[in-house]
Amino acid sequence: MATAAPSLVTPQVVRPGAWRSVSARSPLLQALSRTVQNPMGLVGALIVLILVLAAIFAPLITPYDPIEQHPGFELQPPSGQFWLGTDHLGRDLLSRIIFGSRSSMLVGVVAVGLGAALGIASGLAAGYMGGWVDAVLMRTFDALLSFPAILLGIGVVSVLGAGPLSVAYALAVATIPTFARLMRARVLSEREREYVAAARCIGARAGRIMWLHVLPNAIAPLLIQISLSMGFAVLAESALTFLGLGTQPPIPSWGGMLNESRAYLRTAPWFGVFPGLALALLLLGLNLLTDALRDALDPRRTNV
Amino acid sequence: MIGFAARRLAQAVPVVFLASIGVFLLLHLLPGDPAALMAGSDASPASIEFIRHDMGLDQPLPVQYAVWLEHIARGDLGKSIFSKLPVSQLIGQRVPATLELAIAGELITLVIALPLGIIAAVKQRSPIDWAISWVTSIGLAIPSFWLGILLILLFAVGLGWLPPGQRGDITRDPLGELKFLALPAFTLALPLAMNLSRLTKASVLEVLYEDHVRTARAKGLSDVAVLLAHVLRNALVPIVTAVSLDIGRLLGGALIVETIFNWPGLGTLMLTAVGNRDYVIVQACLLLLVGVFILVNLVADLSYGFLDPRIRLAGARR
Repeated sequence: MATAAPSLVTPQVVRPGAWRSVSARSPLLQALSRTVQNPMGLVGALIVLILVLAAIFAPLITPYDPIEQHPGFELQPPSGQFWLGTDHLGRDLLSRIIFGSRSSMLVGVVAVGLGAALGIASGLAAGYMGGWVDAVLMRTFDALLSFPAILLGIGVVSVLGAGPLSVAYALAVATIPTFARLMRARVLSEREREYVAAARCIGARAGRIMWLHVLPNAIAPLLIQISLSMGFAVLAESALTFLGLGTQPPIPSWGGMLNESRAYLRTAPWFGVFPGLALALLLLGLNLLTDALRDALDPRRTNV
Repeated sequence: MIGFAARRLAQAVPVVFLASIGVFLLLHLLPGDPAALMAGSDASPASIEFIRHDMGLDQPLPVQYAVWLEHIARGDLGKSIFSKLPVSQLIGQRVPATLELAIAGELITLVIALPLGIIAAVKQRSPIDWAISWVTSIGLAIPSFWLGILLILLFAVGLGWLPPGQRGDITRDPLGELKFLALPAFTLALPLAMNLSRLTKASVLEVLYEDHVRTARAKGLSDVAVLLAHVLRNALVPIVTAVSLDIGRLLGGALIVETIFNWPGLGTLMLTAVGNRDYVIVQACLLLLVGVFILVNLVADLSYGFLDPRIRLAGARR
């Protein structure tokens, strides 16, 4: 990729700081800074950052142990002692919600990490090699796409048993096809570019061209998809846990807490409200971030 | 048109084939011996052996697959491991409930999404557009299972207007059924509607400033006539695609909504079956839902040919 070198003809015209902003920064960094300059993107990034920090430092900031039961304090409304109230076993809801973010995020990261890695790799292979590799991979992904994610989750869980890892694997499988299709489309347009021909001319092998040349140039739209998939994975994890298929009690999780709250809606409405609020906040942050990334990376969509 | 339909049909065949293999293999991917699993934990080796032979589990996998397919083609989905009842009968009892919920959900989705999307596009960059865009952003972040809980808290526990769950009897009391249907159908519809309204806005915007729309307005057509006859007609293809892809989400969402509202549909049947490790039911439900999903997508693809002749022609030239 050609870096815009300072012009040799009129170097004195260029203001000292001005050329730096157009030269060495990669398109990716430029897009990321545009994302954070967008107010919606900034709000989204801040929400996600705060929730991630809360999850990492959960033991330091929670007032109680998330699975410690306080006998005699079952289903207490929010108070000075228990800020968000307690659940049916007398556990502090605030502490459980903060710790619960860990299972959502962990499953989200594992699922999207695995799904993106496998999807990108197979998309690269399908797009660059073409022929039967392309045909076999893409037809397989078409079939995978015909399983709605929740159904895929139920299928995988009924084989592997309930648990956060089964859910992560199921969601990884569900995200592979989108990444593969996106990557394949990018590769098909990138492989005709001059730099690929140049690399081939100096004798680079297919694997090297794919990983070192095509992938970095095709990465930007994948970022949008990663952010989008993260929201999808967090939501699907909570949904499957809500259905009793994911993280098992007593380990706190948002979906699990919401499921437990259903039996106490009449006596303890706060039990059903706060865990969902936390989940909605994380999803809102991820969605805003995704929209801002899309605006920054895909100029065609900026006015939509 | 027939050529287009035939090509699209031919593309669907390998997908159905692969998906059915996936569902078939589910039982065989289970850790342990399927025959022992079906016989239960305290079965004698002889009865396990009997089940293995009776179910054809001692045959090679491809033979089993062929037999399984042949049974399905005859409408025989096997017997529940747990209740020993024919699965087709169990599913048949539940299909109307899920269908009712899904149709109501899709109708509400369209009623909310199309006006919101069209208004946001026509009034682009106005306060209305801005408000709609925040409403959809927040609406998209509300998980349906939380929305369901909030709606129950408000309308059932708080106000006492609507029942917190269960299904009525639509054949005996169709109007009364609306009361039962309102909360679950709205819960199912909201996330879909937010998504669809964004897409409607985007696709209306694509068409709104094209030459033929300007021409229509220039020749004196009213705004509403231009919008309906010239803009919407052309913006319809991506919208139909989204609606047909939504069927997958609708089916997935129905599982969750049925659980929240104790709705006696396929979703609750399937989840109970997962809990009981009743794989024959899980397998049959998966096959049915995936089949419906593929079929709907196929129909949607075929409908493009009617909606937009350009697609039909492009397909023919290839």
